[in-house]
Amino acid sequence: MPEISVKNETLNCILDRYKRDRGQLISILQDIQAEYNYLPREAVKFVSSELGIPLSQVYSVATFFKAFSLQPRGRHTIHVCMGTACHVRGAAQILQQMENETKTCCGETTKDGKFTLESVNCVGACALGPVVVVDGEYAGQMTVNKVKPLLEKYD
Amino acid sequence: MEELQKKRSRIMDSRPDVSTIAVCCGTGCQAFGGEKVAQAFREKIAESGLQNSVAIKTTGCHGFCERGLLVVIRPQNIFYQRVRLEDVDEIFNETVINGKIIERLLYITPDGSSKITSEEEVPFYKKQMRLIFGANGNIDPAEIDDYIAIGGYSAIAKVLSSMKPEQVIEEVSAAGLRGRGGGGFPAATKWKSTREAEGEPKYVICNCDEGDPGAFMDRSLMEGNPHSILEGMIIGAYASGSNTGFIYIRNEYPLAVKNAEIAIRQAEEYGLLGENILGSGFNFSVHINRGGGAFVCGESTALMASIEGKVGEPRAKYVHTSERGLYDRPTVLNNVETWANVPLIINRGSAWFASIGTENSKGTKIFSLVGKINNTGLVEVPMGITLREIIYEIGGGIPDGKRFKAVLTGGPSGGCIPENLLDLPVDFDELTRVGSMMGSGAMIVMDEDNCMVDIARYFLKFLEEESCGKCVPCREGLKRMRQILDDICEGKGEESHLELLEEMSAAIGDGALCGLGQTAPNPVLTTLKYFRDEYISHIVDKKCPAGVCKALISYHIVNENCTSCRLCVKKCPVGAIEFVDKKIPVVIHQDLCTKCGACKETCKFNAVEIR
Repeated sequence: MPEISVKNETLNCILDRYKRDRGQLISILQDIQAEYNYLPREAVKFVSSELGIPLSQVYSVATFFKAFSLQPRGRHTIHVCMGTACHVRGAAQILQQMENETKTCCGETTKDGKFTLESVNCVGACALGPVVVVDGEYAGQMTVNKVKPLLEKYD
Repeated sequence: MEELQKKRSRIMDSRPDVSTIAVCCGTGCQAFGGEKVAQAFREKIAESGLQNSVAIKTTGCHGFCERGLLVVIRPQNIFYQRVRLEDVDEIFNETVINGKIIERLLYITPDGSSKITSEEEVPFYKKQMRLIFGANGNIDPAEIDDYIAIGGYSAIAKVLSSMKPEQVIEEVSAAGLRGRGGGGFPAATKWKSTREAEGEPKYVICNCDEGDPGAFMDRSLMEGNPHSILEGMIIGAYASGSNTGFIYIRNEYPLAVKNAEIAIRQAEEYGLLGENILGSGFNFSVHINRGGGAFVCGESTALMASIEGKVGEPRAKYVHTSERGLYDRPTVLNNVETWANVPLIINRGSAWFASIGTENSKGTKIFSLVGKINNTGLVEVPMGITLREIIYEIGGGIPDGKRFKAVLTGGPSGGCIPENLLDLPVDFDELTRVGSMMGSGAMIVMDEDNCMVDIARYFLKFLEEESCGKCVPCREGLKRMRQILDDICEGKGEESHLELLEEMSAAIGDGALCGLGQTAPNPVLTTLKYFRDEYISHIVDKKCPAGVCKALISYHIVNENCTSCRLCVKKCPVGAIEFVDKKIPVVIHQDLCTKCGACKETCKFNAVEIR
């Protein structure tokens, strides 16, 4: 997918929200990601020069934390919970079935830009395990056979 | 102070005795449509013009997530479980208006012998001691008045009006409160050394970066009763001499972030946060930081680095964070549940608190009881209760008549405890003694279908991915250990591997920089200790007794059970199952089979087995 163009005024607005405080770098990047669904290269460069933080340092933060993505994401984000409670109830098979159905690997986006498939270490809804979260909506007590009907709900 | 008392009286007076419909809107029940059900009730109340006699309350998690969605009708305490949107009309017309009980929504005991009407009689709740967590079901987390009405913020009023900081520290110390986040370090000791440390300003931090997979009590507390945590933090700040606090919340917990933000704003409006709190001259403000999704940020120094906007790498703790922590200043860091205990100790006294629990572990602990267990959910129990009581009496045992195999406590830093230790009293020291630990309180129950080698490998893979990479023993050592376990799970293991695993575990335990690295080999060590025979089966017999490790298993049709109904043929994603003819069992082509398990899950006749 091509990089999208970023607007300086949007970025300035986010930086001002945190009073251009270098200590708020993680929150700033989170808000940028919420705006564009990922961290566009231009935005990362802009933050680096505006806050006076070396680009390498901004990238080290952006690549350290799992919440950040440097690649554009699909229209829908699927999070398959791989927490222990989900694991003992067969989460690995759910993830495999997700990969089969979306024809993509975990951590990647489908060619048509519809889904981004990711695993997450625990969403804290352990009683419902195995859990899949699509765009923030929880689907609990998943089975291999429930995967396809779940994905069909999204376009 | 008096104003707060007046406010409480005003709130109580403005709330005549009305029926209340409490709808659980914790994350678990939200998945079953909690908010929609609450909205439907609101519309019913408006339609029938009963706004003055029936109230609706959207509460935090009640704990019994297995039975969601939960609805409780008060004051009768009628407990309805597995409620769905289509039940709203009936509940409203029958129970709320006519006072009749709807039998089909009641909880039935697992043996089917009796139906239970009231919340406190349900066995899941009966054995619990819900001191911290109990309020969740009674209050709307977005309403500070609800918290004040149940006596909230009276502890801070008592502290600011009649106690010196040193007295507060003494009281918490006498109560014997130990950190609920994992380490079990005495909370008062941290406060005292921060108070005595040189350097200003001082900070307090609430750790809500609940990265331990399988634990969700901090999330539920922050979502369901954020004011109790704030009150604890204000008291801790006063005691340790701090005016600034931070709450560090996982980004994966959006509702917790939202409710904490609302709570801070309301407490500021009520003069319970900010300048000159309750006219005492004490100032304290709280800020929220969202985590970026890194397990290691649950470690204190990594968390502090992350608040400073840096990469979350731990540092060596030659100097304690209570002396040089956040921005190199003295810092108190406690976990969500620890903070929530503080108001209770102040209100009811250290002697009362210390009377609960065991010699060195006082008070209660919230556990998340998950995995292969009938009653999944959050349970709060006094320290010293046995594992057997938690798993069988509160948890209702193992589903589908399967056999219990192990319970994992302490998450990736903990260990697997076998059946013969089920009578172990649960406290900080006993769990450590058997090679596990308390951790944040995740309790993952496993049955005969879980492979212990696979579990050990699961945690190593988790920790390998989450290792920050700063020190070699953790970064490289865990990777090598995981590769060895991969080999064992694929039938390529050798007997000498077991000794090597033990040797590497010892080296990582000695050599890693932070607590997470040092405890990382625990799941391997405990499974080797208690379930060595499973490792031997994988290595010598090339078999996975639990039928989990894919390279060592294959799916087969049980010919006598197969009705050739073709359900599995349709479900198989790779076309590996062949239909031959009616009345002839189907055939699985092993060369095509990906072992996804769809056939076994689909089959209604128990005709697919794992060998």
